[in-house]
Amino acid sequence: MTLLVGLFFVVAVYLFLSKQIIRILLGVAILGNAVNLLIFTSGRLTREIPPILTNGSAAIVPVTANPLPQALILTAIVISFSFFAFLLVLGFRAYQELETDDTEEMRFAEPADPKLPPLGY
Amino acid sequence: MDSVTPSTTFLVLLLPFFAALFAPLLTRVFKHNAAWILALVPAVMVWHFAGFLGEIADSEVVTGGYRWIPAFNVNFSWYLDGLSLTFALLICGIGTLIVLYSGGYLKGHEHLGRFFSFILMFMGSMLGLVVSDSFLMFFVFWELTSITSFLLIGFDHKREASRRAALQALVVTGGGGLFLLAGLLMIWNITGISEMSLLLRSGDILVNSPFYIAVFVLVLGGAFTKSAQFPLHFWLPNAMEAPTPVSAYLHSATMVKAGVYLLMRLNPVLGDTVAWETVLPIFGGTTLIVGTLLAIRQTDLKLMLAYTTVSSLGLLVMLTGFGSEKAVSAAVMYLVAHSLFKGALFMVAGIIDHEAGTRDVTRLGGLMSVMPITFGAAIASAISMAGLPPFFGFLAKEEIYYGLAHPGFWPVLLTVVAIVGNGLMFVIGFAVALKPFLGPKKPELQHAHEGPVLLWLGPATLAVFSLLTALFSGVSHRFITNPMSSAVEGEPLNVTISLIPHIGLPLLLSAVTIGFGIIAYRNVDRLRAAMANLLAAIGWGPDQGFDQFIRGLVRGSFHLTRLTQPGRLDLYMKATFILVAVCIIVPMVYFDELPAFPQWPSDPPFYELIIMAIAAIGLLSVLYAENRLTAIVSLGIQGFAVALLFMLFGAPDLSFTQFMVETLSVVILALVMTRLRLTPTDRRPMGRTILDLSIAVACGIGFVLLLLSVTQLPFDSTLSEFFTRYSLSIAHGANIVNVILVDFRGTDTWGEIAVVMVAGLAILSLIRIRARSNHAIASNDPSEEEGR
Repeated sequence: MTLLVGLFFVVAVYLFLSKQIIRILLGVAILGNAVNLLIFTSGRLTREIPPILTNGSAAIVPVTANPLPQALILTAIVISFSFFAFLLVLGFRAYQELETDDTEEMRFAEPADPKLPPLGY
Repeated sequence: MDSVTPSTTFLVLLLPFFAALFAPLLTRVFKHNAAWILALVPAVMVWHFAGFLGEIADSEVVTGGYRWIPAFNVNFSWYLDGLSLTFALLICGIGTLIVLYSGGYLKGHEHLGRFFSFILMFMGSMLGLVVSDSFLMFFVFWELTSITSFLLIGFDHKREASRRAALQALVVTGGGGLFLLAGLLMIWNITGISEMSLLLRSGDILVNSPFYIAVFVLVLGGAFTKSAQFPLHFWLPNAMEAPTPVSAYLHSATMVKAGVYLLMRLNPVLGDTVAWETVLPIFGGTTLIVGTLLAIRQTDLKLMLAYTTVSSLGLLVMLTGFGSEKAVSAAVMYLVAHSLFKGALFMVAGIIDHEAGTRDVTRLGGLMSVMPITFGAAIASAISMAGLPPFFGFLAKEEIYYGLAHPGFWPVLLTVVAIVGNGLMFVIGFAVALKPFLGPKKPELQHAHEGPVLLWLGPATLAVFSLLTALFSGVSHRFITNPMSSAVEGEPLNVTISLIPHIGLPLLLSAVTIGFGIIAYRNVDRLRAAMANLLAAIGWGPDQGFDQFIRGLVRGSFHLTRLTQPGRLDLYMKATFILVAVCIIVPMVYFDELPAFPQWPSDPPFYELIIMAIAAIGLLSVLYAENRLTAIVSLGIQGFAVALLFMLFGAPDLSFTQFMVETLSVVILALVMTRLRLTPTDRRPMGRTILDLSIAVACGIGFVLLLLSVTQLPFDSTLSEFFTRYSLSIAHGANIVNVILVDFRGTDTWGEIAVVMVAGLAILSLIRIRARSNHAIASNDPSEEEGR
């Protein structure tokens, strides 16, 4: 499982280092999963017993999966999804405006050869 | 000290700032006559401080204050002795006259109210500076004078020369302020004392400290920038871009003396060392000579006076550093005399400029008949500046020669420097006071006339004071000179000099000075031409150096920004992830906290392995996807595999959510990617692939190691147990995960919903912008886009 998490990170980071926006976006999606799995695994793995109490058994706590990371991840999944969707649309709009998806050609805000600021007072 | 005194002093210190608040309002109602009302403020302050004269003359000190930040031992406290009281009286007294003068000088100016406001703020800052006891308060007021000076020099902000001069003054004095801060903190650190009054009683701690030289250099850095010592003098003449009341007040009578004040204040604890008595006279003497020579060069009345101010400050620094008792009392007397005559002469220059329309001395002449009062004030001040009886300047100069004229190479050299400097100042003084008034009246000056009372009141009053202080020298010594020089020297001094002739070496030296001055005055035009040629031959000065420095700064920061922010996302990403890998791996290796090699799980069920393998395959095929459909599908595969893993490890809620989210992601991706071009493969050059891959692998290894070490630590289940125990009993829910989300961490979830909503709105607006600006994109014209 740990090795799988490692692989997730490798792929996500590799995609991030691409020059194409669309691949970076794929990287964002995978990185979200990578982090979720990281949290999940560090909360220890237990098999197949969900953290749901049976009626009235609050006193005797059975060995269940750790509920805390699950709650955290549930939040994270939703957030990363909305984040992903927003970035996707942003990237798409940038592609429409600038007619490129290469980050090196997206130089609207930071031109390749900026002008020297004025030297007067 | 009764309990009322400290609080009234506190109110008096705040008074100018309050007045600054109301100045624009008053000016709107009363126009320039608001000056009469506003001048009451400094007048009240003079009255308040004059009340302390008796106590101070009897060698007492007045202190008071409030605790400011007790935890850091920082107080808001003041300390009045002869030195600070004299300064306070000069600031408030000349301030009163300056406020009146400003009313006349800037009559009808649209920003007169703002000007009053700035002047009053400056007055408050300067006053705070000289009465401050605690270091921090001293530093704050020191910087406030720099800032208000910036505002006043740049008052006429529409001219580039003003802006440059203001910036220059701020950079030089502000930079010096940083030196001062460091110096004060070092003193604080060495002695453990944060207040002037205690420091003055600390004896030789500082002088004997191994860090003495560092403190010395830092304090001088503050004092020399503020008091315009060569080669940092250049900002002061440039500051003449300010309106004349500012030049008269800040740049001759008060602010530029703050550096001298600092040196005088610290003389008892830093002085009496070889460094002190060598460096100060050298810089002071050089400044004196350079200042007067540059003054000769000028034809603008204000610039002539500005350069002599530089030289006078040099003289003061030289005397303070000389180290004899007479030199100290001479410095004190000269400081007072200088404030009186130089303030008056600046105001005279302003009146001439105001009424005759020019300050160029070569175009002025014959104004005596039309401006008699101004002429009277000018000639009286010039006599004081030249050091002739019966004015206070004469007493000061006699005392200077008493102080300096001793046998030995060093005193003789400094005496010669003082004679040359004084002689040249004699020339400038009379050039300013006589040239515009004597001789034939120039035809273009037909309309010149005497200024209104608001204008001539200031210089006339100051001239009268120059006379009175000399005539009643006994009184001025008792209340001003003696207490002040005692404070500077650190032990009681008694000054006796008066107008009664005292035959001796100083009188002879005075005669030499005057003779030299008269000869130089007769040849002033030739001297000016010679200086102009000399400066043209040198061709470079600190003033140009400042421009080069600022340009270099702009260029340097520009190139640095381009280097660190080239605008290439892949570089930023590389830097970020390299740092991530380094931050995770390096500390682990360094602190030897690498996890133990994990045991292979003994009996992983085969279906778990299969699902993990599916996830891995999904990931790898995202990398190698040749077309967009494959990429989308592969992304979906790894997402669903993750969902299955959640399911297997007891997290059905997660699994459910993950399924939904992945489905949605795939749908949206499919919608967007059908319109986006995905190049067949992610082609990167070989070198880049290796680099990127190694960064990625390093990050991956880092996270694997991190995860292994975390899981090998003992498991802390406190929180989880808490949630499990109370889920049913408090929150009445059996599904612990759900209870955590909607109950224990409800606010968090609420925030999450807000995030989702904001993201939705942002997406919507992005799409709507697209719909409305179709034509702009069609022409692809950035200017059109900005207009929408």
